[in-house]
Order: sequence, then structure tokens, then C-alpha cells
Amino acid sequence: MSAVAERAQETQAASGATEVMTYREALRLALREEMARDERVFVMGEEVGVFEGAYKVTAGLMEEFGAERVRDTPIAEEGFVGAGVGAAMLGERPVVEIMTINFLLVAMDQVINHAAKIGAMFGGEVRCPLVIRTPNGAGNQLTAQHSQSFDQWFASTPGLKVVSPATPADAKGLLKAAIRDDDPVLVIENLPIYKQRGEVPLDPEFVVPIGLAQVLREGTDVTLVTHSYATVRALAAAEQLAERHGVSAEVVDLRSLRPLDVETVAASVAKTNRAVCVEEGWPTYGVTAELAARIQHACFDSLDAPVERVGMAEVPLPYAKNLELAAMPNDDRIIGAALATLGRTP
Amino acid sequence: MPATVAQPAPDVVPVEGLALETRRALYETMVLSRVFETETERQYKAARIGGYCHLSSGQEATTVGVVHALQPEDLLVTGYRSHGFALAKGTPPEAVMAELFGREDGCAHGRGGSMHLLDVAHGYYGGWGIVAGQLPVATGLALALVRQGKQQAVVCELGDGAVNMGAWHESLNLAALWKLPVVFLVVNNEYGMGTAVERASAEPELWKRASAHRMHGERVDGDDLDAVIEAADRLLRAAREDRTPAVLEAVTYRYRGHSVADAGLAYRTKDEIAEHQTHDPIRRVRQQLREAGIAEAELEAIDQRADERVAAAVELAIASPEPQVERLAAGMHASGSAEQFERMRLGSAYGELALTFDAGLGA
Repeated sequence: MSAVAERAQETQAASGATEVMTYREALRLALREEMARDERVFVMGEEVGVFEGAYKVTAGLMEEFGAERVRDTPIAEEGFVGAGVGAAMLGERPVVEIMTINFLLVAMDQVINHAAKIGAMFGGEVRCPLVIRTPNGAGNQLTAQHSQSFDQWFASTPGLKVVSPATPADAKGLLKAAIRDDDPVLVIENLPIYKQRGEVPLDPEFVVPIGLAQVLREGTDVTLVTHSYATVRALAAAEQLAERHGVSAEVVDLRSLRPLDVETVAASVAKTNRAVCVEEGWPTYGVTAELAARIQHACFDSLDAPVERVGMAEVPLPYAKNLELAAMPNDDRIIGAALATLGRTP
Repeated sequence: MPATVAQPAPDVVPVEGLALETRRALYETMVLSRVFETETERQYKAARIGGYCHLSSGQEATTVGVVHALQPEDLLVTGYRSHGFALAKGTPPEAVMAELFGREDGCAHGRGGSMHLLDVAHGYYGGWGIVAGQLPVATGLALALVRQGKQQAVVCELGDGAVNMGAWHESLNLAALWKLPVVFLVVNNEYGMGTAVERASAEPELWKRASAHRMHGERVDGDDLDAVIEAADRLLRAAREDRTPAVLEAVTYRYRGHSVADAGLAYRTKDEIAEHQTHDPIRRVRQQLREAGIAEAELEAIDQRADERVAAAVELAIASPEPQVERLAAGMHASGSAEQFERMRLGSAYGELALTFDAGLGA
């Protein structure tokens, strides 16, 4: 067992009491705990304070910690992401909220050319412990400019760490890990998951280690490799695969995209001999493309079928509900791909 | 050129006239910077320095004057025309030259090169390579100073080309809105690469842009050491004491091209350059020292010393080892990160394992 996995076991064992809460509340709990623990932690973003967050993740925090530590910003992503970079360079722990990942594009220069470069480009002389948290996701007829997932853009950039929790417990544990990390970490949340409920450890020291995937459902016939909302879809698809098709699917939730836990993926595929990689983003050059490359290399001898990929149809997402639904990586497509690895048709 | 003021000037005491000793010391730094740049170009042509390399010859009064107005604990952020700033802030010429040579003893251990010098111990938080990208970063440094209750200020240097970027407006707005102790130093050397300021900026009096954010702005003759120091000192005091940000536009001229790859003649004439050299900032200060009674022999000794320091810097840069390939990934991530990346090794691209995962990642 690797050191990071050992540490995970220790923290899980120590975590004790849990409470059922939403993903949104779990994020809020993580922020509150970390702000209480460390004065250097502060939250900054559009509408995070008075408005209590566009998606209410920061509700109540301004009241509790004041306007200085829950800092409303103008609509100026490049400016305030960069301000987070600079503050982090002096040892602060800024947690910058970007309303949705679509808007992170206007701050791309600060994320990719600045935050991600600091450690290496300056020879390790200065660090940038910045957290950016932002939701991706589609499905609410938000159309082309507001329904995107750019996870792979960031996960392919050396110098960044990228995590993407799929459960309320991981939302808490990974956000806390990101805040405590000494490097820039992008926490990719997800709009449809904000309202999902689940058991969340109440221990303020509960942290999910960065770089460790998790098997969320055990199975023997095919491995579904997923992250973020694709994990929610895959769990539902696995249920249907068992009920309607007699197929036992294992679901590996990546949790971190960079570092990527290929070991857990490979161990699962070595067992099932088949893999379907699912993502919410466009699969061409996507997270699933990276996974397929890694799997064919690591599991060449155990694969019984080509690795399948499921993602967003490669069009700017349309508005009409029927078109949007057709474009998304829905359960039918995941099930179809899983059956295809078994030489079957739905 | 008189200072022109957009908003009422902050009510602070003007700096005293420079003591002779101080003027002599600043002259020495200006000469060091000029000699360093001349030698850098020579070494570049000898293929010991690579990449983009931007020289600041002609801009020494601005560089040295503004840094002189900084307190030791004040912070400095610059763009990529940064050799002179690093030297003025106290980074040893050896560490700068070794960085240009791509050697381990460079101030960024050979990872940054000409555009990415830094010296955290001297409060220099980097040369940055994307036009205007350093402005939000500097704004954040100033925010951290406020959060930490420190009475320090940040100088953020940028070129005249940077004022048309969105990051400029976003940063000025944040600095003014949040009352952050940062002085944006616009080094107007008349050209952004080869584009004259009037061809790029609808409002070529760049200091006036500050007024859009109700921020104080002013213009100073960037070749007049005393004027630069007076203005920078006054604005920095206001930043430290009252958290009043400001824009200081220093009008100067670069003698060399945009980078060493640019002859600098496609967009201006030799006569124009020669005309600017008739009021060279270093010669001005040298004349002031002469008039103050410093002997010619002593001035020559200062020049000689600069030559020797730069020659010594070149020698050390040559002697400094290249960074180890086995440490390719060093510095990229904080310590403890190697553990996080341990499970990513499987199925890596050919050759990547040794070059990334075994090459000092997280060390």
C-alpha cells in the first residue's frame, strides 16, 4: 500500500461521527472549519459575501468571519484570481470562488501562466498555496457558454493540482486538503451535485488525501472510471447494468485528476479486464483520452476489449431540452458502452 | 518635465535633497546596471545566454531611483525588462548573470532566465513575462501586506504597452477599491516593442488613466534621478502610511531594441536614439558629482569597479554548474507532493517517469 493510501486509512479510521448533509453544506463546513483553524484562510469572489454565494456555498460565512475574510469582489476574474496568487505568495491561504468554470477562462492567464508556474519557474524559491473552487456542469439549459467542463485543460498543466469531488464527504475532505496544500489547487465542483446528500465526517481533521482514487462500487465485469458528476451517472448506470443486464460494474471515482491515481484504476481493470471511461466534458483530448492511454499501457495484457469512452457530444451545448439531453453523457450511453466491452448490444 | 497631477497630491513631506554619498552610491548602481546590460548583450552574442533577453540601457535613472525610494522591507514586482531592477534591489550581479547563463547559482537556479529573476530575501517577487500579468499579482501582494497589518508597500513595474490590457484596469480598480499600498510604475520608454505609445494608446498621457479609478497619477522625467526619487518616495510614503495606491509614469528611453533580437531601428531612427543619448541619465548624474567636487579619478574608479564586478559575475556564471537533469522537476511542487504523485507513475508516457517523477518532484 502506498504512503498516501495508508494515510487515507488512518484519517478514515479517525473520523468517527458523521452527519447527512448536501455537497453544498459539506463545502461550507470545510470552509468554516479551515477559516476557524487558520487565520490565513480567506474567501474571495463575486457575490460570496452579502449575496451569500451565487450557489450559496458561502452562506453565513460573512456574518461569521466578517467582510475582510469573506471578500466580495467586482466582476474581474483576472484581477482577483491574480490577487489570490499574489496573496498566496506572501503566505496567505486565499480560497477564490469562481461562479462557474466557464468564467475561469477570463482568468486563464493568471491560473496557467502565473499560479502554475511559480514553483518551478522561480526555482522553488517561492510557493503559491492558492485554492480556486468553481463548479462545472451542464443539464439546466444553461446553453453553450455556461454548460462546459474544462477539467482536462487544467489537469494537463504541470504545476497545478486538480481535484473534483463527487460526494459530499469528498467535497469536505478534498477542499480541506486543497486549503492545507502548499501548491495551487483547483477544486472543480459541480452544479447538479450541490444538492446531493450524503454522510459527511464531522471530525475537523477529516481530510481526503490528494492523489487517491476510490472504488465506490465493487464489480467484476467492467470498470467505469469517472469523476465529478460522471460518477453520479456511473453509479446509476451500474445499478441498471446489474438489474437489467446482469452485468457487475465496478465504479472507480478518480477524486483527483492531477495527480491521477492510475494504480487504483489499473488494479480494477486488471480484475474486470474491461474499462469504460466517462466524463462530462468533450472526450477528444479529454480526461477519458488520458485514461485510455494509461489503461492500455498499464493493463495491456489484461484487456479483453478496447477501452470505451463516453462524454459530451462534441458540439457547443444547445438550449432545447431534448437536444441538451441527447448531447450529455446519459445513462443509456454509459450502459451501451459497458455492454459493448462485453460484445453485447443494449 | 514638470510633474503633472491628476488628483490632489497626497499630503506628504517631500524628500530631502540627496546627500553626496547617496548620489555617488546611486551613480555606482546606475553604472553597474549599464555595464551589466552591455556585457549581457556581448555574452548573448557569444551564445552563452539564450531565450528572450530585454535590456534596459538608458532607463537607469528610473530603475535605480524608484528602488532607492523603497524601504528595505518594501516589495518589488516587475515585468521582464528586469536585470537593472534586480541589481538595484540588491541581488548580487553573480546571481543575475548565472541565471542568464542558466546555471544552478542563478537566483532562480537556472529555471527562470532573463525574464524571471527574483530575490525573495531582498523583497523582489519576480520578473514576469506576460504583459500586465504581474499587476494582479502585485495587487495580491499588497492585499497580503494589509491582511498581515504591515506598513509596507509594493512597487509594480510595467511598460507602456501594458496599460491597454484588461489586467491593468482590473488591478487599478481593485487597488483603489480596497485601498491597497501599491504604486504602479509605468516605465514609458516610448515604444511597446516597435509600436510608439501614440500608436497604441488613445490617451498617450498614460498617468491620466489612473483618474478612471479615482487614483492619484502623475508623470515624471524618468531620466532625472532626483525627480524620480522625489516622486517615488512621496507616493510610496502615501502607500505605506495611508494605503493610497498611485500610478507613477516615468518617461524614459531604451537605447537598445525591444530585445537583443531587435536592432531597434525599424520603428525609429539612429538620430532619434542619438538625440536621447545627449541627455543620458548616467552622464547627468556623473556631471552632478563632478560639480559637487568629486574628482575625475574617483569617478573613473567607480566605473572601473563596475567593470570588475560584472567581469567577476561572468566568471562565476561560467564556473557555476548547470542544473542537474536529475532535478528537472525540482521546485515545481511543495515538499510532500511526491507522495501525492506516487500513484500516477503507472502508464506514464515513454521517458516521463524519470524526467518528472524521479527528478526531484516535490523536493
